[in-house]
Amino acid sequence: MSKLALEKLQAKFGDKVFETHSQCGDDTAVVSPDAWHAAALFLRDDPALDFDLFVDLCAVDYPLRENGRFEVVLHLYSTTKRHRVRLKARVGDLEGDAAEIDTLTDVWSGAGWLERETFDMMGVVFRGHPDLRRILMYPEFEGHPLRKDYPAQQTQPLVPYRTEEEAGMVLEKVAPFGGDEGMAFGRKWFERGARS
Amino acid sequence: MSATETKVLEGSEQGFATTRLDALLGWARKYSLFNYPFVTACCGMEFMAVSSPRYDFARFGAEAPRFSPRQSDLLWVVGTISQRQAPILKRIYEQMMEPRWVMAFGTCASCGGFYDNYTTVPGIDKIIPCDVYVPGCPPRPEAVFDGLLLIQDKIASGVRKPSVVKPRQDPATDLVQINTPPKPEKKKKKKDEANGEDA
Repeated sequence: MSKLALEKLQAKFGDKVFETHSQCGDDTAVVSPDAWHAAALFLRDDPALDFDLFVDLCAVDYPLRENGRFEVVLHLYSTTKRHRVRLKARVGDLEGDAAEIDTLTDVWSGAGWLERETFDMMGVVFRGHPDLRRILMYPEFEGHPLRKDYPAQQTQPLVPYRTEEEAGMVLEKVAPFGGDEGMAFGRKWFERGARS
Repeated sequence: MSATETKVLEGSEQGFATTRLDALLGWARKYSLFNYPFVTACCGMEFMAVSSPRYDFARFGAEAPRFSPRQSDLLWVVGTISQRQAPILKRIYEQMMEPRWVMAFGTCASCGGFYDNYTTVPGIDKIIPCDVYVPGCPPRPEAVFDGLLLIQDKIASGVRKPSVVKPRQDPATDLVQINTPPKPEKKKKKKDEANGEDA
């Protein structure tokens, strides 16, 4: 595949493109968060690129990375030119604060719900989003469940659970996973205290 | 009118029978269950199979689905209950008239299944009382029938202790058969064969 999109991005934004990567037809560019909105707009409007289809938007948590703990990932596809590109930007500090980036709802209106999901799961705030609420979890939920420092077994019930006295029976059943199984990486990470 | 036509309960050859009132009510209730299907997930497919003609739980008197909890006796909780849905389920249960029964259909409703995470209620009995648990992911219609018959037994007998549908065949027995014969015997056999060849 051609690296057309990556070359054009580098020519246009220069130092704002931190790194690029291309393998097996997957082109990836990591851009500065300030250039996020401009880069998206450029990718959409450049006639040779013409990325008219917003495919996906999500975020990845790298809990040990000092600068830019969250990587916001954008996938684009061009239905006319039939090529793809992946755009990334790194935001947030180790505490998960200051994770802010510009919204893309004015570039592709389909970004609205996916940005809400990313905000709900990861706590990345999209500046300028018209309606940035939780979309999957309930409003009473505290924290962001897909962050690596969210305890894997912590639930926040809306209805208080029945007590065993009220039920007159043992309610604590054998869990499908033991304490050291299932999502083990998250629990071990949390127990070890990886930030220390 | 002949004696057979006026038969009401088993053993009434004379046209009448004596019984206790609660036993009579239980007998009447267990063959006229009004269902409330609370279907949230993929187990709903198996619920459709059970209610449609090939398996057809109408044969057991559980014919009529009622989409108002106020008219129904049996609450089928079919599928995963997320924390967000828990208040709805509790509200539905509270709207049902006494006497009422609850069946947890499938592993997720029974104990949360493999959803061991922030979003799923680990079993509906954390929120509402449950009478019969039907394990399976999803359970086969035969297992659901076992659960329905268990509910009917409970209604007839008045016992409210929760119970679990057991598998008709224990999968563990198959594992034992596959693993035999144990290793030490194999070694002995080989030695015997080797000796035989030498001789």
